[in-house]
Amino acid sequence: MTEPMDMNTLRRILVACAGEDEAAAPAGDILDVPFTDLGYDSLALMESAARIKQEFGVDIADDVLTELETPRALLDLVNGSVRAGRPAEGVRVA
Amino acid sequence: MSDAVITGMSVASPIGLGTEEHWKSVLAGRHGIGEVDRFDVSGYPSRLAGQIRGFEAADHLPGRLLPQTDVSTRYALAMARWALEDAGVEPGTTAGPGAPADYDMGVVVSSAQGGFDFTHREFRKLWSQGPEYVSVYESFAWFYAVDTGQISIRHGLRGPSAALVAEQAGGLDAVGHARRTVRRGTRLVVAGGVDSALDPWGWAAQLAGGRVSTAREPERAFLPFDRDAGGHVPGEGGAILVVEDADSARERGAPRRYGRIAGHAATFDPPPGSGRPSALRRAVELALADAGRTAHDIGVVFADAAGVPELDRAEAEALRAVFGPYGVPVTAPKALTGRLYGGGGPVDLLCALLSLRDGVVPHTAHTARVPEDYGLDLVRDEPRGLPVRSALVLARGRRGFNSAVVVTAPDS
Repeated sequence: MTEPMDMNTLRRILVACAGEDEAAAPAGDILDVPFTDLGYDSLALMESAARIKQEFGVDIADDVLTELETPRALLDLVNGSVRAGRPAEGVRVA
Repeated sequence: MSDAVITGMSVASPIGLGTEEHWKSVLAGRHGIGEVDRFDVSGYPSRLAGQIRGFEAADHLPGRLLPQTDVSTRYALAMARWALEDAGVEPGTTAGPGAPADYDMGVVVSSAQGGFDFTHREFRKLWSQGPEYVSVYESFAWFYAVDTGQISIRHGLRGPSAALVAEQAGGLDAVGHARRTVRRGTRLVVAGGVDSALDPWGWAAQLAGGRVSTAREPERAFLPFDRDAGGHVPGEGGAILVVEDADSARERGAPRRYGRIAGHAATFDPPPGSGRPSALRRAVELALADAGRTAHDIGVVFADAAGVPELDRAEAEALRAVFGPYGVPVTAPKALTGRLYGGGGPVDLLCALLSLRDGVVPHTAHTARVPEDYGLDLVRDEPRGLPVRSALVLARGRRGFNSAVVVTAPDS
């Protein structure tokens, strides 16, 4: 089954919300690259989370969001919540 | 006390991106005033502005900064980089011998309007889509201090920093404060000012001030000291200067010095209706005293040049009182760009420094008939060749701010 949100979608959202640059362009395999290494700080993640809520109806609490270290962790949380129909703690699915 | 010298500078204005392009336009009398084209301005009583053309933010800023910056901050960031390059300083990359460390460098930038355009867009989302659609970056993109902060972060300048707000006077105060910071022991300060508010909300706010010209011809809309003066044209942009301790500049072998900041003073006007005169004259006298200069030493005055008859008259009176009738050449190249608020004073300062460098005083374009009783030697029609060694730059901010800076040639 296809995941509700894949890496390309997350990449698009990250770039739209927080930009990209040559130094740490989110091209290539970044699934396990920490957000801090990618240059995305807590504000960038909050901005991206707002977009994820608008597009996927998954609302991630700020304190949960700040614990997510990599794109994979973010994808797992969103997709897991949607698939299970039973959101993880700190997550609401519309 | 240590000397504060200017070792780098840059400008972004309606008549040029970069120092030499701007200066060429100034000397050619080429204006940058036209009808606002960023939204439909046809229903407004005032339609003319000095707009920056050809600035592609993505060419000047890392992509990461684009979603979080207002247009004014983008100008500030581009200019800061140019000014540091001009000064031969590359923070973080050339920590060689003699180079200043991160805590040796500060930032002092003035903005009078903050991030209007950015905020207008986010407010539109707030009202039409809901609060969760508002960018998280709105939290700081609107703020007057954001230029100082973004420049500090981008270049790793961790020394004493500040943001000053004093409408059009703020940019000179920022340079004055940069000098103070240098004298307190910081080697180098990136200083200046910038503004832009040419979105519908920013435009409405500017018009509400009541001093914006309603004229329709660009050459007739902003006529400082003219008997037909009828307000000013708002512009956008500003200038950034690298203010540096003279010893620091020597130590690291700075490639150039445009001049010295010899004096600065700021005063505040008495309340409206008090009957007492503007404190502009006192600012001039205090700045001269601070510089250890007399009126005779000043080769040219870059005037605030409000373009509003009673304010022009008050400035002319202050200059007459200090310099005597027709006692000093006076000019206002801002006629070509419109008033740039926080950016205005620093752009004039940049022009003053270029006047010292090139021995030429730019003219006040468009102004034709100066009332005789102003007693002003206004440089008109064309630039005047003058071997000036020191210049006085003035700026007044709405609601009572006055600021004056004296700059002198680097070897004086």
